[in-house]
Amino acid sequence: MASLKELKDRIGSVKSTQKITKAKQMVAAAKLRKAQAAAEAARPYAERLGAVMASLAGKVSGDSAPKLLAGTGSDKRHLLVVVNTDKGLCGGLNANVVKEAKKQAQKLIAEGKDVVFYLVGKKGRAPIKRDYAGSIEKHFDTSTVKNPGFEEAAAVADELIALFEDGKFDVAHLIYPTFQSALVQNPTTTQLIPVPAPEGSESAGDAVVEYEPGEEEILEELLPRYVKTQVFGALLEIGASEQGASMTAMDNATRNAGDLINKLTIQYNRSRQAAITTELIEIIAGAEAL
Amino acid sequence: MPLHFELVTPERQVRSEDVHMVVVPGAEGEFGVLEGHAPFMSTIRDGVVQVYKTDGAAAEEIQVRGGFAEVSENGLSVLAEHVET
Repeated sequence: MASLKELKDRIGSVKSTQKITKAKQMVAAAKLRKAQAAAEAARPYAERLGAVMASLAGKVSGDSAPKLLAGTGSDKRHLLVVVNTDKGLCGGLNANVVKEAKKQAQKLIAEGKDVVFYLVGKKGRAPIKRDYAGSIEKHFDTSTVKNPGFEEAAAVADELIALFEDGKFDVAHLIYPTFQSALVQNPTTTQLIPVPAPEGSESAGDAVVEYEPGEEEILEELLPRYVKTQVFGALLEIGASEQGASMTAMDNATRNAGDLINKLTIQYNRSRQAAITTELIEIIAGAEAL
Repeated sequence: MPLHFELVTPERQVRSEDVHMVVVPGAEGEFGVLEGHAPFMSTIRDGVVQVYKTDGAAAEEIQVRGGFAEVSENGLSVLAEHVET
C-alpha cells in the first residue's frame, strides 16, 4: 500500500501529463484545420494537371512517348518512396506506413525483384533500417522546415527523376497515408514512376487543340511537374494525417489520464479515511484507558 | 462576353474571375487570349501575365514562373509553379 504522500505525488504527476496531452490535442486540432485547408487548396491544380495529362498521354503514346511515361522497359528494380512524419506523438500512424512499406517490399522481393527505399521524414528511418539496412538509397530530411511545402516536394521529385534517368531504378512507388478522418488514415501505395496513364476525362468534346511548341514537348515538361504534384500531394496528406492521428492519440491519452486520476483519487481518499479511523480508534482507546 | 480566367499554383487557386483579356508569356512568344479563343495549349516561360479586367483598362501584372496555359471552351487556365504577388 502506497503512502498518502506517494499517492498525492502520483496524482500530481498524472495531472500535469494530462495538461500536456490536452494542450497537444488542441494544437493538433488547430493545425489539422490548417493542413486540411492546404490539402483542399492544392486540389484544383492537381485536378487540372491530371486532366491535361490524360488528354495528352492519350495522344502521345507508343514509341515516341517520353521515358517517364513509358518506363525503362523492365520492372526489375523497384524504388519505394516512403513518406513518414518527423515527429512522434501521433499514435500508430508511422507504424502503419512502415508496415505497409514492408509488406510491399516483401511482396516485391518474393517476386524476385530488387527493392530500394527512399525515405522522406524522420520516423520511418529506424524501423526500416532494422529490416532493410543495406537497401536504403537515401533519406530526405524534412525536419528542417516547419511545414513541408511544394519546394520540398519539388526537391524530392527532382532527385527521383535524376535517379530514374541515371537508370538507378525502373519503377517507383509512393507510400503514404491518405487522410480520411481524424480516426482513419490508411496507408496507400501508388505508382509514381513511370507515370501511370491517367484514365477517363478523355471525353470533353475534344475539339482540335493547338499545341505550342508540340504535344511531345509539352508532355515532356508536364511529366516532371506531375511527379512533383504527386509528391506534394503525399506531403500534404502526411501533414493532415499527422495532425489527425495526433489529435486522436492525444484525446485518448487525456481520457486515460482522467481515468487514472479518478482511480488514484479514490484510492487516496480511502487510505486517508482509513488513517483517520485508525487515529480515532487510538484516541478513543487511550481516553477509555484513563 | 468576358473570358473566364483561372490562375492556379500547386499551393492554391490564385485567381478565378471573368476578365476581358489576358496576355500570357508563352514559350514561343506572348499571346493574348480573348473570349472565344480556339482550344490551345502552351508551356509558359518565366514572365508576366497581364490581366485586362475590361477593354482599355490598365493591365494588372502577375509574375509567374514555370508552368503552362490551357485554353478551352471553359476559358483560360494558367497553371504556374510559382506566382509572385
